Amino acid sequence: MQQLSLLLASLPDGVLLGFVYGVAAMGLTLIWGVMDVINLSHGPIISLGMFGTFFIFIRMGVNPYLGLIPVAIFGLLLGVVIYFVAVHRVINAPHLSSLLATFAVNMIIIGLGTAAFTTSPYNVDFSMGGFSLGFTTVLWTRVIAAVIAIAVTGALYLFLFRTRPGKYIRAVTNNRSAAELMGVPSTQILALSFGLGTMLAAISGALIATFFPFNILSGGGYELKSFVIGVLGGLGNPVGALYGGLILGLLEGIIPAFLNTSWVPVIEFGLFVVILLVRPNGILGAKK
Amino acid sequence: MKNWRNHFGIIIPVLVVLGLAIWPTLSDSVSNRESAFTILKAIALASSLNILLGYTGYVSFGHIVFLGFGGYVGLYFLNEQGWNIWMSMLVAGFSSGLLAFLLGKAILRLRGAYFALATIGINEAMKAFINNFDPFGGPIGMTLNFKVYKLYGGASEALSMAFYIMAGLTLAAIILSYLVRVSKFGLGLLAIRENEDAAEVMGVVAPNAKTWAYVLSAIIPGMVGVLFFFKNGNVEPHSAFPLHASIELLVMVMLGGQGTVLGPILGALAYQGMRGYFVTSDFFKDIQLSVSGVLLLVIVLFIPAGAVGWLRNRFAPLRRFLP
Repeated sequence: MQQLSLLLASLPDGVLLGFVYGVAAMGLTLIWGVMDVINLSHGPIISLGMFGTFFIFIRMGVNPYLGLIPVAIFGLLLGVVIYFVAVHRVINAPHLSSLLATFAVNMIIIGLGTAAFTTSPYNVDFSMGGFSLGFTTVLWTRVIAAVIAIAVTGALYLFLFRTRPGKYIRAVTNNRSAAELMGVPSTQILALSFGLGTMLAAISGALIATFFPFNILSGGGYELKSFVIGVLGGLGNPVGALYGGLILGLLEGIIPAFLNTSWVPVIEFGLFVVILLVRPNGILGAKK
Repeated sequence: MKNWRNHFGIIIPVLVVLGLAIWPTLSDSVSNRESAFTILKAIALASSLNILLGYTGYVSFGHIVFLGFGGYVGLYFLNEQGWNIWMSMLVAGFSSGLLAFLLGKAILRLRGAYFALATIGINEAMKAFINNFDPFGGPIGMTLNFKVYKLYGGASEALSMAFYIMAGLTLAAIILSYLVRVSKFGLGLLAIRENEDAAEVMGVVAPNAKTWAYVLSAIIPGMVGVLFFFKNGNVEPHSAFPLHASIELLVMVMLGGQGTVLGPILGALAYQGMRGYFVTSDFFKDIQLSVSGVLLLVIVLFIPAGAVGWLRNRFAPLRRFLP
């Protein structure tokens, strides 16, 4: 009985967080799907999104949800720059090259970020109260974050399936050379996809900053979670990432009711390796 | 070894390691010994990783898992069971090799980026597991009992001995790397790197060859782990499985030239030297990581073959001396 009440208490939080994790993973898996690149600079960009919220809300006093718009634009532009500087030259090289190139970007951002912000924790003191739900109190910040996450997913879906650039992205995902033959400007589309991926990372960071303290290194943990989610939902399947995020959120809600919290990463990463081995296309079965 | 003239290539690597081993003795300086220890450790780890990364073409992003795991196993026997350092190192090397064998059977089926992701997952899973594993001290880790050092004539004697064992291990690592490179087994690995399906058609039993390459690349890091944590006096999950250390190893191998014997050695020397300079310089101290990042980016984008690879491509006669 005690376990049940504990479960009911931690479950809503886990599920709501799961949506936000899903957005971060969506960015990673979009980039992977379009250009077969695992973006190891994902974590620091999530951190930059967190700092975006911090500066917009604490320094400028703008509502953090309104602040998502400049953060998103910044994320998009940053991604396009990273693409042209680091990724474009190695896009056809073996995986090691693109992994190391994006990791170099990771080191550059973390180095500059550490010099600028140090590694001491920052906190965005933003509270909107909560409402009680049976055994537990659900915070409004988390509910709004989850709603925004769902809205972002919906917008991404509409963009990919209803607009011309979105259709180009899907064409390049399917077969880049064929898309080029059909007149799709592949370089611009690849840069745009990379930008969209980093934009999603920055948005998720900005949302996470409204509930947890953070520093420049915090993004790394969410990057690892994004890998797990990406594999759960199927690498290269952006919408699957939202389900993957939900599954991870559920696990984070359920496990602490039965085991010590420190077992959560053991189970997460164990599951990650097992799924990679058994169903590398994800449990939802994406392409590839 | 039918004809010693064919083995010129091992001379430079061995000389480098021997030079590093006698440098602290000649200069009679403890701080030099510390630097030399770090460089030798980097050479041993990078050369081991090169067997998998350079020869076989599989990118392991979590190779440090073998250092951490071996270190933990070794320290457990050293501290809790009272074994001596030699036996502990043997057991640790064996356990790391066994871990690689079991993991290899499973994850070497994955190719390219999927394999890289799986190795990251394994490193993190192992770190989280050790964090919860009480015989290994859980999140606090293990602190070496001071009595252990007495067996070797006190702490300073033990540290000096650890240095010479490290030099021996590094020598073993580069000789192993060289032997793999010139053997028929190594040729099979190179064939897998170029085209795994074609290699299988030509009669290379790829699953076995890859597994053994993985095992060979794991044994020495396991033994190095024992030595490193024996010297540090304690081990805890965060210092045992740092993901960024795995990537530093990749950088060293890339810098020097993957798939060559000398490459990882030069890469380790250059990387450690550069890092030492950046950390201590006033100007670069704060943005040390960014400068390394820019350097890595330039190498990846413009000289993907690394220093030794570039020399080999440029000057064909050198190939004999730079295996």
